[in-house]
Amino acid sequence: MLDNPEGYVTEDGRKIGGVVMEMKNITLRFGGVVAIKDISFDIREGEIRAIIGPNGAGKSSMLNVISGFYVPQEGEVWFHGAKRPQMRPFEVAQQGIARTFQNIALFEGMSVLDNVMTGRLSFMKTNILQQAMWKGKAEAEEVENREAVEKIIDFLEIQHIRKTPVARLPYGLKKRVELARALAAEPKLLLLDEPMAGMNVEEKEDMSRFILDVNDEFGTTIALIEHDMGVVMDLSDRVVVMDYGKKIGDGTPDEVRNNQEVIDAYLGVSHD
Amino acid sequence: MPDQLIFAMEVFLNGLMAGVLYALVALGFVLIYKASGIFNYAQGVMALFAAMTLVGIMNGQVPFAHLINAIFGTHVHYFGWNVPALVAIVLTMGVMVLLAWCVQRFVMRHLVGQEPIILFMATIGLAYFLEGVADLMWGSEIKTLDVGLPQGINLWIDESTFNIFGYGFFIDNLDIVATVIAALLVAALVAFSQYTKQGRAMRAVADDHQAALSVGISLNFIWVMVWSVAGFVALVAGIMWGTKSGVQFSLSLIALKALPVLMLGGFTSIPGAIVGGLIIGVGEKLFEFAVGPLVGGATENWFAYVLALIFLVFRPQGLFGEKIIERV
Repeated sequence: MLDNPEGYVTEDGRKIGGVVMEMKNITLRFGGVVAIKDISFDIREGEIRAIIGPNGAGKSSMLNVISGFYVPQEGEVWFHGAKRPQMRPFEVAQQGIARTFQNIALFEGMSVLDNVMTGRLSFMKTNILQQAMWKGKAEAEEVENREAVEKIIDFLEIQHIRKTPVARLPYGLKKRVELARALAAEPKLLLLDEPMAGMNVEEKEDMSRFILDVNDEFGTTIALIEHDMGVVMDLSDRVVVMDYGKKIGDGTPDEVRNNQEVIDAYLGVSHD
Repeated sequence: MPDQLIFAMEVFLNGLMAGVLYALVALGFVLIYKASGIFNYAQGVMALFAAMTLVGIMNGQVPFAHLINAIFGTHVHYFGWNVPALVAIVLTMGVMVLLAWCVQRFVMRHLVGQEPIILFMATIGLAYFLEGVADLMWGSEIKTLDVGLPQGINLWIDESTFNIFGYGFFIDNLDIVATVIAALLVAALVAFSQYTKQGRAMRAVADDHQAALSVGISLNFIWVMVWSVAGFVALVAGIMWGTKSGVQFSLSLIALKALPVLMLGGFTSIPGAIVGGLIIGVGEKLFEFAVGPLVGGATENWFAYVLALIFLVFRPQGLFGEKIIERV
């Protein structure tokens, strides 16, 4: 079923399509340190794809390669069936790949609403003169984008803090605002770097629910990095396991769970 | 009303007007500081450069005439035409945008992520470089700038105050125009940064580079834009100061007067630059009026800096600056 290139339907009735993004033999080095070593995997349309692994396995580096923040020394990135030329991060974002960060990168001085609105920047086409005149096209555009943003704000249940400056929010809500901003871009691929790191159990449950809802409601393809094995296994359709920059497992949560190499990496194994 | 009080009122009004001109220069600093964290020492020289370019274009001067004549043995100095003020202003703005692009492309782009002090040093270098280029391009003689702004005593104010107080106030028309233009400029800048797409992107870049990249904002584009806007503010300041006191190299020193304004207003606040400028302008004029005669005058040279020093001791973030909170 998983091998069907045209896609398949999951047990809970979601449609998974063909391959959206394909990483081919990616190698990333920082000086002498090899962060990622010859890794290949793909992401299919509509699925939730997890990248897991112990600390320092190269998960975040992989996400940074996908989003253009790092440029791999070797390997190719294929997006929508075409090889991606070397791009700067903002160009990757304009292609429809949105992301969140491990350490939250929000615009602290701006309100929640303004933060989420920045996610719509690439939808706003009017030029600076039209903006200066404000009336007409620019105004219509602002209203239209504002509506889209309000929908997302409703969806993620952050209406009550719309006008609050982000700097004043607690950690869990900041994570949610960051997700909202990424969603506002209506991404073809959404990258989440440890969306649940540092959260308590309740916040984790909320976040899991939102991730599933986003995937279900908008059909957004999601690739996420997570430490918490339990969460990952519940959320994802397929899992890539990394350890010391190498791929040691790839498959459904069940397959991965029973993979001896993965168990060794997580539980440790004596080298004798 | 006692004479002293009436004089003080006139001094106060003139102080306000002078303050507007300080504020105009300070505004350019705030813009770049907000968007890129760079304290742009070259802002004053940019105002000078803009004013010189404007005069040069209006008079139909051949740029780099001395250089060209020295190399080719020719004697060209003027094209022999005069460009209308409005057209010249538009052309000068074009030059300032080009300058912004060059600054970003050849200097700032290579210094991304460096310490603020290094960026500051770079702008000092830029200031001297630009001063040299301005000299080479347009010559070093003092020029008059007249773009058709009204100048001289405002007769209406003179007359009406004479009717009320029996003493006519001397308010320069140019100062009134400068005030109106500064008010419009500030309103436009605030509207730009709050309500337009580019303004939002600019604030985003100022806040977090990584996050800005992740929503598809090109940092380079925003920085060129910010330097262009700062160039525009420099042009306006250059026109005002140039019309008032002639286009000469001492114009670049007004940048130093903007420093105390920024100390008062805070480096990150546009309204702060205005209020700071007004306080400095009024403060130094009133101080000169009240205390000057007792200490032999010339207090205007140091009053602003002493005031700034007092502020630094008691309120280092300025009147409107973001509060400095160290989290532990």
